[in-house]
Amino acid sequence: MNKHRITEFLVGLLFGLGLIVSGMTDPGKVIGFLDVFGTWDPSLAFVMAGAILVGLFAFAAAKKRTSAFLGGALHLSQSRDIDSRLIAGSLVFGVGWGLAGFCPGPAFVSLGTGNQKALAFVLAMLVGMAVYEALEARRGGRTAREEA
Amino acid sequence: MSIDWIHFTPWASLAGGVLLGLAVAAFILLNGRVLGISGIAGGLLRRPKRDAPWRITFLLGLVCAPLVYALVASPTVPRIDAGWGTLAVAGVLVGLGTRYAAGCTSGHGVCGLSRLSPRSLAATLTFMGAGVLTVAAVRHLPG
Repeated sequence: MNKHRITEFLVGLLFGLGLIVSGMTDPGKVIGFLDVFGTWDPSLAFVMAGAILVGLFAFAAAKKRTSAFLGGALHLSQSRDIDSRLIAGSLVFGVGWGLAGFCPGPAFVSLGTGNQKALAFVLAMLVGMAVYEALEARRGGRTAREEA
Repeated sequence: MSIDWIHFTPWASLAGGVLLGLAVAAFILLNGRVLGISGIAGGLLRRPKRDAPWRITFLLGLVCAPLVYALVASPTVPRIDAGWGTLAVAGVLVGLGTRYAAGCTSGHGVCGLSRLSPRSLAATLTFMGAGVLTVAAVRHLPG
């Protein structure tokens, strides 16, 4: 097994643990953050602050490098466009996020608890992603964009 | 607006956030990958199939997190108020929307903002705004 497989697994595990510790695998807590017109739970802002505090250093270090420490390229998105796809996509995502309180990361983590509602959400999410791929293929096979 | 002091967990959330940041840091510096869940998962559905193994190993790590967490602490019970139909609709919207936006809370919200990307800031403000309005509509609109 190559070392990339080990770090991928451990990074996934660490990210999942971070989501659990921070409380973000609880949809009620996420909706509590979005409920600014009700009783507001600011926790999610603290999660973002903690993550970005570390992330700032990580990406500043990454910008100075041309390759990853384990070898291979740094896959950084070069996209700068603030276009209708970005905004419309984010609007649609935000509505779904507000309805269920799940975004992709916490939904996958919740699969590991055997929660059936999380499973239903993930399956529906994969359907949505497959619809995107089908629509993109119809657009004339132009290459799908790199993730953010 | 009033603060939900009962559920507010500043220290646990900040600490969990730091763990997220460390995972993000390790992924970009060691593997050269941006930790964006929607892109990692969505890439599995791309045809022709390519680079699936790293996506699967990463997602497997995510799914195993509750099992590891349960070894050291008792898991909290999630509050999932949404019914099955709402979850299905929400799931499709999240899948479709995050792929069009090329990122979600992790890719744009954490990694993009850490890169000081205006594009990711625009995405994050948009999906948070849409989320806030959706919750307001569901919880506070009369009828």
